[in-house]
Amino acid sequence: MKSEKLFQYFLKLGGIIVLMVAIGILVTLIIGSIPTFKEFGFGFIFSSNWNPTEGRESYGALPFIIGTIVTSILALVLTFPFALSIALFLGEYFKKGRISSLLKTMIDLLAGIPSVVYGLWGFYTIRPIIVELGLNAQGFGIFTSAFVLAIMIIPYASSISAEVINMVPSQLKEAAYSLGATRFEVVKHVIIPNAGSGIFAGFILAFGRAIGETMAVTMLIGNSNNIPTNLFDIGNTMASLIANQFGEAEGLKYTSLVAMGLLLFVITGILNLIGKMVMRKFTA
Amino acid sequence: MNTINSISNQKLRWRVFNDKLFSIVMMTLAFISAVPLISILYQLIKKGYKQVRLSFFIEVAPDTMEAMMAKVNHEIIPGGIANGIVGTLIIVGMASLIAIPLGLTTGIYLSESSKNKMANIVRFVVDMLQGVPSIVLGVIAYIWVVKPITSGFSALAGSVALSIMMLPSIIRSTEETLKMIPPTLKEAALSLGVPYYKTVLKVLLPTGMSGISTGIILGISRIAGETAPLMLTALGSSAINLDITQPSSAIPLLVWEFYNDPNLVNLIWGASLILLLIIFLLNIVAKAISKKWKVQY
Repeated sequence: MKSEKLFQYFLKLGGIIVLMVAIGILVTLIIGSIPTFKEFGFGFIFSSNWNPTEGRESYGALPFIIGTIVTSILALVLTFPFALSIALFLGEYFKKGRISSLLKTMIDLLAGIPSVVYGLWGFYTIRPIIVELGLNAQGFGIFTSAFVLAIMIIPYASSISAEVINMVPSQLKEAAYSLGATRFEVVKHVIIPNAGSGIFAGFILAFGRAIGETMAVTMLIGNSNNIPTNLFDIGNTMASLIANQFGEAEGLKYTSLVAMGLLLFVITGILNLIGKMVMRKFTA
Repeated sequence: MNTINSISNQKLRWRVFNDKLFSIVMMTLAFISAVPLISILYQLIKKGYKQVRLSFFIEVAPDTMEAMMAKVNHEIIPGGIANGIVGTLIIVGMASLIAIPLGLTTGIYLSESSKNKMANIVRFVVDMLQGVPSIVLGVIAYIWVVKPITSGFSALAGSVALSIMMLPSIIRSTEETLKMIPPTLKEAALSLGVPYYKTVLKVLLPTGMSGISTGIILGISRIAGETAPLMLTALGSSAINLDITQPSSAIPLLVWEFYNDPNLVNLIWGASLILLLIIFLLNIVAKAISKKWKVQY
């Protein structure tokens, strides 16, 4: 009997350690960013001045928050038609068969490509095209990184959406067909309204991915500390800034970068929870 | 088509046309996503295959001077990515050593206590951990390991960051797989007087092995290509380093270094190609396992 209890405690211990790790991450980030919030208060979030010059040190996260949000939203907009098409293709039109498994393999491969390789591809393939089109002299910027990000998040957005589209009860669809609806009308009036919240959840999770993505963005966004003025302007994101400047950071700059990490953690955490909650309602 | 013509209903024709148009547009958009994939693979293979020879696997990365000399003399850049391969093996291996036992116990715990308050909190936390950007985990490992424990950049710190990253997928796949096993199996073991822990270890785990190992391998493939957290933790090293308290290289880190060095930039293709092959191979193995050893009752 004793070993019984002991084993259960042992299993529980695993859960507790995982819980401690998560709490530890949050506490560590909060403690690490205290000096920054003490110095700048909430001005840290709303100031647009990032100046590491000694004596005139000032750290404001606004340009990077804006850069992150603009890049990720643009990526989401660009990915939407493609991810939704893939989801309909796999979840409704071709649930089985060779052609759907080909598409599935493709999506899996896209998901497997490391961020740094996407960055290389963006640098050597997409950037010259942007230059050619005259959108940006160097080809770097918000649009270039959003474009590559859009491709990177296709797998996340489409696989969850395909799942929920697949779960739409066939009676509903059959009822619509029996009334003479075409397939497009079934998609529009039955599938999308029914799977809508699940599709939304899929895109929210993909949005979270885009926000946290680092390498590809660092290589393509141009790394400027100013607020971007248009979609083809250069800018920077929170994740990319941490990657760029963490190495040699000390003092206030270091704590400000940790504070940036805290912001990222909170934003992506909230997005992820919203997505999962909607998903859970859907499956329950 | 005949019936449509005979009815000759303008509206019906319009609806059918819309339906066709939508299918075509949808299929086109779906398969356009293949274009970037093909473009990436083509680029890597075309520019990278020449570099992939035996010496690429057994020699360490060249320094800038060596590469420049070779470039001037129009020779192939010498050296390879051995330091990166060894570093990736060590860092990913250690991350797995940390994450797999912890992930398994947590996954079993969650599947065995499905409606328990504590388990719900853990589930919530796992969901949240899954979305944490890798760069944030790099910052965490820097604060937890680089500063206090190894007092400097180290392979160990990289492993800690990556282990947190692969935990959620191991926990989830373990929980989901074990939940799918019919309760009769467990009840049969328990009714024969098998102790609970033996039931879990000798009945449930082996039955769910395929799903669990698929989750583990996918977790490994997810972290193998990570660069950002390693930049803040393992840093990189020009030599093969077996000491986990010292800075270490990794294949994705090498890609990043080559990319930033004009003399070495040609090596990115070979290194990326190897990295991609490793990741794809892991994915194929994971798929094969889940297909071959599908849980059957």
